[in-house]
Amino acid sequence: MKARAFSYFRAATIDQALDAHARAGEDARFIAGGQSLVPALSLRLQAPRLLIDITHIDELRGVRRDGGYLRIGALTRHCEMLSEPLIAEFAPLLHAAAPFVAHPAIRNRGTFGGSIALADPASEFPAMTLALDAEIEIAGPSGSRRVKADDFFVELFETALQPGELITAIYVPLFKADQRFAFDELARRRGDYALVGCGMLATFTGDRIDDIRISFFSVGNTPMRVKGAELTLIGSSLDAERIAAAQAALEGDLAPPDSDEIPPAMRLHLARVLLGRLLGRLCEGE
Amino acid sequence: MSAPLTSLDRPNSYIGRSVPRPNAKRLLAGRGRYVSDLRLPRMLYAAFLRSPYAHAKIVSINAQQARMLEGVHLVATGADLARICTPWTGTLDHFKGMTSAPQLPLPLDRVVWAGQAVVAVVAESRAIAEDALELIEVDYEDLPVVVDIDGAREAGGPLINPGSANNTCFRSQLDSGPVNEAFAQAAHVVEEEFSFGRHTAVTLEPRAIVADYDPAAGALTVHHATQTPYQFQDLYSRHYKIPEARVRVIATDIGGSFGMKLHVYHEDMAVVGLSILLGRPVKYVADRIESFVSDIHARDHRVRARMALDAKGEILAMDVLDLTAIGAFSTYPRTSVVEGNQVIRLMGAPYRFKNYRATLEVIFQNKVQTSQYRAVGHPIACAVTERLVDMAAAKVGLDPFAIRAQNVIADDAYPQTSPSGYRFEALSHQACLKQLHEMMDHDALRAEQADLRKRGIYRGIGIAAFVEITNPSPAFYGVGGARISSQDGAILSLTPSGEVRCLISVTEQGQGTEAIISQIVADQLGLAQEHVKVITGDTEVTPHGGATWACRGAGIGGETALQAARALKRNILEIAALILQEQPSALDIIDGEVVDAATRNRRMPISEIARIAYFRSDTLPPGTQAQLTVSHHFAPQGYPFAFTNGIQGCSLEVDVETGFIKVLKHFIVEDCGRVINPMLVDEQLRGGIVQGLGAALFEECRYSETGQLVNGSLADYLVPMPMEMPDIVIGHVETPTADTELGAKGVGEAGTAAASACVLNAVNDALTPFGATINSIPITPTKILKALKRF
Ligand SMILES: Cc1cc2nc3c(=O)[nH]c(=O)nc-3n(C[C@H](O)[C@H](O)[C@H](O)COP(=O)(O)OP(=O)(O)OC[C@H]3O[C@@H](n4cnc5c(N)ncnc54)[C@H](O)[C@@H]3O)c2cc1C
Repeated sequence: MKARAFSYFRAATIDQALDAHARAGEDARFIAGGQSLVPALSLRLQAPRLLIDITHIDELRGVRRDGGYLRIGALTRHCEMLSEPLIAEFAPLLHAAAPFVAHPAIRNRGTFGGSIALADPASEFPAMTLALDAEIEIAGPSGSRRVKADDFFVELFETALQPGELITAIYVPLFKADQRFAFDELARRRGDYALVGCGMLATFTGDRIDDIRISFFSVGNTPMRVKGAELTLIGSSLDAERIAAAQAALEGDLAPPDSDEIPPAMRLHLARVLLGRLLGRLCEGE
Repeated sequence: MSAPLTSLDRPNSYIGRSVPRPNAKRLLAGRGRYVSDLRLPRMLYAAFLRSPYAHAKIVSINAQQARMLEGVHLVATGADLARICTPWTGTLDHFKGMTSAPQLPLPLDRVVWAGQAVVAVVAESRAIAEDALELIEVDYEDLPVVVDIDGAREAGGPLINPGSANNTCFRSQLDSGPVNEAFAQAAHVVEEEFSFGRHTAVTLEPRAIVADYDPAAGALTVHHATQTPYQFQDLYSRHYKIPEARVRVIATDIGGSFGMKLHVYHEDMAVVGLSILLGRPVKYVADRIESFVSDIHARDHRVRARMALDAKGEILAMDVLDLTAIGAFSTYPRTSVVEGNQVIRLMGAPYRFKNYRATLEVIFQNKVQTSQYRAVGHPIACAVTERLVDMAAAKVGLDPFAIRAQNVIADDAYPQTSPSGYRFEALSHQACLKQLHEMMDHDALRAEQADLRKRGIYRGIGIAAFVEITNPSPAFYGVGGARISSQDGAILSLTPSGEVRCLISVTEQGQGTEAIISQIVADQLGLAQEHVKVITGDTEVTPHGGATWACRGAGIGGETALQAARALKRNILEIAALILQEQPSALDIIDGEVVDAATRNRRMPISEIARIAYFRSDTLPPGTQAQLTVSHHFAPQGYPFAFTNGIQGCSLEVDVETGFIKVLKHFIVEDCGRVINPMLVDEQLRGGIVQGLGAALFEECRYSETGQLVNGSLADYLVPMPMEMPDIVIGHVETPTADTELGAKGVGEAGTAAASACVLNAVNDALTPFGATINSIPITPTKILKALKRF
């Protein structure tokens, strides 16, 4: 299939991009890596009149430390999650998740900002921003603001972004020496969207978990933290019994939707298995 | 090698040698010329509006606005094309009693599957044509939908073809020997009901066609991504009433085909008609979503089968019922019943028993048509037989190798007849079984499996013996009235500079046909392979023949090339003998030089013979007319099919918590007769195995209750990818057929034939400690976890 005809505008600055969007209204889309938008255009699932190319806006690029945070520009490509030393050091969970996002050709183009803006519930990075307690920096016609990941993902493909707003960067609290993380997913084939995926970040005192944030993807309409499971773990050290309790708590945390191939009960089962395996790894300090 | 033809140590002995494909570099360099690359002057583009319903009446079509859109040249409905195209019916006479409704390029008043093309738009670009599709309004009236096999067979249920008594397309029965008595006397009986999901070919290059009708010449040229250009020349000629000589079908580079590109598709027939209506070239390339809803699908069988054995594990009898659902039509011109027919005929094929009974019921439903796809019927017959053999082995207390060794037809007992009546010239099950056992290091694998089980790691080992149908004679289609050739033709010329051009009717879709033909010609003529140019796939240039289907390129096309090359060699040596004043029999050709046959002393280059014959015929003895172009046809005779055989093995690991399967290693020992190019044979086997593993683990066209295909994209329909594929270890046994000089049989489907059966057996082996079994393909994590009652 071929996309419907559209106009194209290449913005040089954030202001130009916001301005162009404001003038075009509902009929405009920002385009970043195009790895989700272009297929949607080709399938005529979307048919905007105007595409605003944001990939030449320098302000959206770059990874740097900013106070207690790592500021990751919206245009940071998935492949840079693998190659950028600052990410490996200060946001290792993103580094660990990146190889599971699609295939190299897609990682070369797809952007962090695009992935967060799209908020696909099966995507790795949106879920990881929850586990990381990240903040999303948004520029809009009425100025700039920062939204906590916890408040960002609202419903299926619905976020705190208002029409015409642009994600400029994601702020990730710097990884600390007393923290441990784990990530894995169950996908039928390498690079596929997972049947279930999970990432977690925990702060330890010795063997005791002081704080833990566990986030799942492919389990519902949005990426999801499992607060019931988190609560069973906080304040104790990891043993078989604790892990079993956390697994059991998932029943209250998750209500996977029905799909034609994976019944809800099976997805819940897989989430439990995955949680158990990841907590096991966390326990081993990997 | 037991090759009587050549020994590999003389120059130009290409048969049996792994030489690279001459066209590989061109294709890898992006220099291929596919139909989608083609841009003809004044060419227009077609797109199709498709039915959203699986079964509905077309009440009205309003295309007013679409016709007025700038850049649109034609909007055509079923009625428009029915005026110029005669209908076709997908039945063949040798399938007694089969029925199927007549088909037209686009339907007149009823759609019978979701995705069926309803209206065609031709415009200056594909994008404009798609814009126009959005402006067409079709009013449908829902009709009851028949989706699953049981629904289709329900008495008094909805009918797909009004006026017919039921939804049955074809019924067939085989009965050889006293099956009831055998079961009554049996010490052991094993029985299972199996289901096999629908899947489809997913070629890299989708279907593509450019039809170019020239009204001034009354001539039609069709550039068509097909494996069978001659068949389509005949069909376009007859259905559009254009004399055959004025229909030219050109099939240049093809990006995979696997049987999918030899059927008549409604869109393709329509595109020819659209070009006739417009007098301009019209192009249509299916996109991936269109491929999923309109390419043929395959498999979709439900089989109930049982096997009787005596106390020692000797197979006594098999009893089989195969129900298969084929969509709303039988495919034209090869029908949709061949798969079911081969399922019931290949059951039990490797084994000695004789008492066999089978019923086949082929059923209509509201889905896209199924038809021949790589290894037609084989994977189903193989999975059913081999799983029953494993179940029997467990019951009798025999090892899977032992029960097969006990029951396969002995290598020295040929000729033999299969339980269903196929005649086998010579197979090598015993040799293959023995070689596989060693190659797998089966005993070590078993020891490792036992060890790992103690640690909660569940590995499975599975094997599956198979028989493959190759080199088909007219018994396949011709006897049923289909104008599908089982012979091939070749035209060989010595060029003025002493090279050879070979025009041959077999075609190339990426499997290396052109490579092996050039090997055979070079080998037989005593030339360097790079001095043989092979040309295929143009009905105006290459002689009429069967082209490519059912594993025949090497066995039949190769023999054609071999005999043509020998004829040309005789002619060359005749002229050489005149020039050198020798007897032709005293001469030979080595490395492009005429030599003394006895001493191999060089006498003259064949380029010199060509020069004299073409430019200085005055120097030849009076009355000499050099014949440096020969044509030759070869039709298979002797056995109606050249059967091949082999055995596969698989080692895999099941994660019993997640239901995920990791295939660790796959093995095959195969006997395709004379191996012409070991590298190409091995890659055919690997590719075929990967397709079989895809079927076993990933691929299925899933439908909703309303007949909608729910996973029609490459994100949702999972094809096997490199990361999930194991290393594949290959061994060979060579039993050449005596029906040809070349001795080659087919190999293209052997890998697919048994790979899924192997996986099925291996998974069941892995699950033994849990008492859980799997009887359904593809084997998904959902099925495994259900069998293990994990949720
Ligand atoms: C075959 C395939 C497999 C894939 N597999 C995976 C996978 O396993 N896991 C996974 O997570 N993803 C996967 N993806 C999606 C991929 O990661 C996308 O790149 C990503 O989801 C979107 O990023 P993008 O830069 O390409 O965004 P685009 O496609 O350019 O845009 C996506 C949407 O986000 C909006 N947008 C983009 N940038 C911004 C911004 N800065 N501010 C506001 N809105 C913005 C656009 O307007 C658009 O609506 C896959 C894609 C393909 C094609």
